[in-house]
Amino acid sequence: MADSLAGLDTFPKLLAHHAKARGALPALREKSLGIWQTWSWKRFADEARAFACGLAAAGFKRGDHLAIVGDNRPRLYAAMCAAQCLGGIPVPMYQDAAAAEMAFPIQNAGVEFALAEDQEQVDKLLEILPQCPALKRIYYDDPRGMRHYKQPQLAPYDTLLEQGRAALARDPALLETEIAKGSGSDTAAMFFTSGTTGNPKGVVLTHHALIDRAAAAAELEGLSDRDIVIAYLPPAWIGQNIFSYAQPFVTGYCICCPESAETVMTDMREIGPTYYFAPPRVLEALLTQVSIRMEDAGAIKRGLYRYFMALAQRVGGAILDGRPVGAADRLLYRLGDLLVYGPLRNVLGMSRVRVAYTAGEAIGPDLFKFYRSIGINLKQLYGSTETSVFVCIQPNGQVRADTVGPAVKGVELKFTPQRELLIRSPGLFKEYYKNPQATLEAKDPEGWFHTGDAGYLDQEGHLKIIDRVKDVGTLADGTLFAPKYLENKLKFFPYVKEAVMFGHGRDRVCAFVNIDMEAVGSWAEKRNLPYSGYTDLASRDEVFELVRECVEKVNADLAAEPELAGSQISRFLILHKELDADDGELTRTRKVRRGAIGDKYRELVEALHDGRQVVHVETQVRYEDGRTGLTSADLKLRDAKIFSPAGAKKAA
Amino acid sequence: MSQRGNPIGEVILSVEGVSLAFGGVRALTDVSFEVREHEVRAIIGPNGAGKSSMLNVINGVYHPQQGTIRFLGQTYHDMDPHETALAGIARTFQNLALFKGMSVLENILTGRNLRMRANLLLQALRAGPALREEIEHRERVEHIIDFLEIQPWRKTPVGRLPYGLQKRVDLARALAMEPRVLLLDEPMAGMNLEEKQDMCRFILDVNDHFGTTIVLIEHDMGVVMDISDRVVVLDYGKKIGDGTPHEVRASQAVIDAYLGVSH
Repeated sequence: MADSLAGLDTFPKLLAHHAKARGALPALREKSLGIWQTWSWKRFADEARAFACGLAAAGFKRGDHLAIVGDNRPRLYAAMCAAQCLGGIPVPMYQDAAAAEMAFPIQNAGVEFALAEDQEQVDKLLEILPQCPALKRIYYDDPRGMRHYKQPQLAPYDTLLEQGRAALARDPALLETEIAKGSGSDTAAMFFTSGTTGNPKGVVLTHHALIDRAAAAAELEGLSDRDIVIAYLPPAWIGQNIFSYAQPFVTGYCICCPESAETVMTDMREIGPTYYFAPPRVLEALLTQVSIRMEDAGAIKRGLYRYFMALAQRVGGAILDGRPVGAADRLLYRLGDLLVYGPLRNVLGMSRVRVAYTAGEAIGPDLFKFYRSIGINLKQLYGSTETSVFVCIQPNGQVRADTVGPAVKGVELKFTPQRELLIRSPGLFKEYYKNPQATLEAKDPEGWFHTGDAGYLDQEGHLKIIDRVKDVGTLADGTLFAPKYLENKLKFFPYVKEAVMFGHGRDRVCAFVNIDMEAVGSWAEKRNLPYSGYTDLASRDEVFELVRECVEKVNADLAAEPELAGSQISRFLILHKELDADDGELTRTRKVRRGAIGDKYRELVEALHDGRQVVHVETQVRYEDGRTGLTSADLKLRDAKIFSPAGAKKAA
Repeated sequence: MSQRGNPIGEVILSVEGVSLAFGGVRALTDVSFEVREHEVRAIIGPNGAGKSSMLNVINGVYHPQQGTIRFLGQTYHDMDPHETALAGIARTFQNLALFKGMSVLENILTGRNLRMRANLLLQALRAGPALREEIEHRERVEHIIDFLEIQPWRKTPVGRLPYGLQKRVDLARALAMEPRVLLLDEPMAGMNLEEKQDMCRFILDVNDHFGTTIVLIEHDMGVVMDISDRVVVLDYGKKIGDGTPHEVRASQAVIDAYLGVSH
């Protein structure tokens, strides 16, 4: 990243710069028909410019919004930049959102133009068309299945691109003027936050905010145009957008789009990314897969794995941090690298990873240490849509499992008496779109953003987040109750997929559990335990025993922490269905919506607290095609052992 | 299915007065029907009605004692499996006919076998023309992989895939032959609801996108009625009904055959 970016204050200007400075280097790769196809920076710029001219010819004006619905696809990214070339605002939207969920953002932003990836997304847009009369043009990338669609709003991406190319040839200067008109204080993009309550809010981010933060983090990590990133998370999520749009535009690195969501693992192995982001749930799923496969391996391999993983646990993190380690251990670790860690990194597709981040939610300390111990430089960061992601990053050599690192250059942090974290940073959002009330609540007149997260800075200036301010509660006797903290502890067990804690204002803590179908399924098969599906498996006494052991281990851990020993989990149940975003139980980024779940399963919560042993439940579920159905089951409720703070065992 | 890529055309395949017996067992008795280009034609009937036998006659596996088959203007007394394949008829099998130890990709490539021109020696040496040809075939196969959404399993041995996916690979292999007529023998047998829905979508997509004429045998009445243009009903080797799903559903003979009738 030797080139100066001075004066390049918008993304279109940055793209023009890269097309000149590194026109032949790869900007985007996409696996298509089994082969990785490359777009150079020049091709990327040409595509974006042509599409921009097409949009302009279709009536797209400065300040207009372009909704972009789909997965990570080169042409969708080109369209993002095309809108920005004209001073327009791309609004990326979650590709797995139900049609009804898409109506609000489109109405809110007054979207007139939309680009859909394929037939599936077009169908959803057409479905909400009656509620969104302003939406007048829908373009689509993949023409498969679109032949018989005769709606006047529809047109293929290619057609618009061709029109744009012709327009560009006629008047090449026009677009240059438009790009030159843009400035850093213009709105660059709008992201709708998933929001645990109420309608989503459109977070308005300027070019300056995104570019400033992307550059600050790139500088910290020394990113260059030789880095490679795999883009596999929804582009509507700010994190993916930063890693696959803002940062490549700042550094000139290449992003790779996998063939489909199911092929990410294979594609990652083929690409070998150097810079990687994964939320804890993805890292957890990978580790679960590794553990399951290791259990199926032969005795020698299992033994080797166990021996060297124990060694890695002891010294791996220290070696990565550059702390002193004995010569014998160092030598053994080398051997382990040859036999176990290296091949393992290779299978995970992480052989070349220099910097890996995890964020979005707290990560289990053991999970975090696992990746670091096998030599993957996994670090935590803290940020949100409103802050253009980068607020805190753990610098190399200062990585902890329980903090998220010190503030990145340019960021100021302070705390309210309730321990709420406030942030001031050049990356802060401009406003919530058409929602001055919410903007005022989140951003005070001095420009401090109220995060809603509770935490503190430790002695070394590293930020530690405990929970959401509004979720930190107390039991009836005044004991501190941090539900998220407990849920995360329980979720770290491979058998537990989701956990939801209830206890605020009550006399004890009770938990809902979702088992991990893959892990528990494989566990059950080993024991010749037949089952027909999730509901059946989740109702087995043996599975209840398994989960009870996990809960009791959490309780034993909690007993060792003076402040939290009083909030051990006394009862639990295993839910009869998997929590799902389609049923409003998880957010689109798969965080549990505790309030919604508590309301929906009120009877179960009551039953847990009043000591019943069995309860009958009927629940409405929503299928992927939008239809609804009912599932019912008799749920068992179980007690778990509580440990006294001293650590001595005691029956509940 | 109000609109389709290729309007239903002329008769492409007709079966005229076919009778087939195995010793004393009469599998088919004087069956006649026709299939029009680009249509989805179903053959239904209770167990042992002669559905699979009918497909095997069209496919050339069985040779009928009586009757003729007209395909693309040519009249055959009996068909030969190799010739039918060359002429543009491909099929899938009820019990699957895949190479379990070979990868998905290799299995689908076998469907291209008929269209490979380079000789064994050239192929073994990976000489210029053979290599070019292979790239061409691979590209065809990749389009089909993309079409049927089986990218994640390209390199997976077929034997390790769940049944529903194996069925899809079988369909892919048949499609790789670029057939004009595709015979599907119980494409949805043994599938769960979701797999059935996927398969229905793929069959309709194939028909729509490639214009392939489809003749399918199916047990699941709901499926048949949903996706077929016309239905032939067999019972004890005889044709007892022929028409649109709506007509067939209303026919007393068909109702009796399916629900039984007191004598």
